[in-house]
Amino acid sequence: MARAAVPGGLSGRRAWRDATLVERRPETDSAVTLVLDVHDWPGHLPGQHVDVRLTAPDGYTATRSYSVSAPEGGDRVELTVQRVPDGEVSGFLAEALALGDTVRLRGPVGGWFVWRTTQPEPVLLVAGGSGIVPLMSMLRARDGADHGGPPFRLVYSVREPGDVIYRDVLSALQDSDVADVHLVHTRRAPEGAARPVSRLRQDDLAASGWSAEDAPTCYVCGPTGFVEAAADLLVGLGHAPERIRTERFGPSGP
Amino acid sequence: MDFVTRGFQGRPRSHDGRLPPGQYLTGDFPVLSAGPTPPVDHDEWELWVATEDGTRHTWSWQDLMALPDETVTVDIHCVTSWSKLDTEWRGVSLDTLLADVETSADFAMVHSYGGYTTNLPLEDLLDGQAWVAFEYDGDDLRPEHGGPARLLVPHLYFWKSAKWVHGLELMLEDSPGFWEQLGYHDYGDPWREQRYQGD
Repeated sequence: MARAAVPGGLSGRRAWRDATLVERRPETDSAVTLVLDVHDWPGHLPGQHVDVRLTAPDGYTATRSYSVSAPEGGDRVELTVQRVPDGEVSGFLAEALALGDTVRLRGPVGGWFVWRTTQPEPVLLVAGGSGIVPLMSMLRARDGADHGGPPFRLVYSVREPGDVIYRDVLSALQDSDVADVHLVHTRRAPEGAARPVSRLRQDDLAASGWSAEDAPTCYVCGPTGFVEAAADLLVGLGHAPERIRTERFGPSGP
Repeated sequence: MDFVTRGFQGRPRSHDGRLPPGQYLTGDFPVLSAGPTPPVDHDEWELWVATEDGTRHTWSWQDLMALPDETVTVDIHCVTSWSKLDTEWRGVSLDTLLADVETSADFAMVHSYGGYTTNLPLEDLLDGQAWVAFEYDGDDLRPEHGGPARLLVPHLYFWKSAKWVHGLELMLEDSPGFWEQLGYHDYGDPWREQRYQGD
């Protein structure tokens, strides 16, 4: 396996930098996008994450990893934070952090769950809940690529319509044929939805253009149970395990 | 004193010095892996150890079950910042498995079913520090947690405790494994917070 070329020198990526909140965008009742200004940001690849560290007055620190939700754009780093019950860090970021406030941030981290604009093969993205975040970075990078790019399909599983993050962006990507977007509702679907309410099924993942013979690279992100099930379904459809990249977060990613 | 985040207090601190720097406690058991969970049958399961001169030692599942096992209670620390205290495992000590292996290697590359690899100094696998574990919390180790058997090296960040362990390649020189090639630390001591290369 080749060493991954990742932006920024090693020393640059492990340095903690000041990150100042410059914009806050509510996405759903429980998810918010934070746009941070990070001086001298070395850049990142779609799919990578960063570490965010909060420090209390007594020196206690709390560090969590958050996926970046938009491709590289100068010193701007966009994170989407899903507030989890009793989340020590997510709750603070989602509610207390005010415009102009500063946290510490380092990265980018992770050279495996990434999509590079030079990859020619089709891409199948499979998201469960807030697992959409790193995949949105890939979708936006594909949308912004100068010479178009390979076909993208997103299968996005949510409990109910109100849980859909980036709804407007997804509609725009669908309308401009950048990506085929397929929503899966597991508890409640919008009125008139063609697909009945159910957990992710094999036929949600079987689409012409992204079959095992088309050899897409599959990126699966979500809670553990979802990722286990989705990856098993993909293997069952004949996708080669080495073409399935997963990123999981447990119920305790606060 | 590091930079203080305005308005941040954090959770009550109460862990008796058992949490390494930058870690937080979790009650459940998150899963992290790079790809699908590989299906591994006990009937086909094999553990191999290959030395630097090419000598190969192998154990079937029945061989492993016939070896003396230990039950250990340890704290585990994931590089993604969660720690879990007092986890109980049953497995065979690497001291037992490597007792008759002749080698002058200083390092090991651990190979997993599914292709994952991770590198460690051989001495970190010896002296009661590492096990091939097949039970967690009194039950068979579940596939998403590395079953049928995973390496358990609790004094290092948990990615070193390779799931679905298949083999140990003993090496004279160190060489980076899967996550280590992607920027994670070659050693990974949680108490020195060695998360990434250069930490």
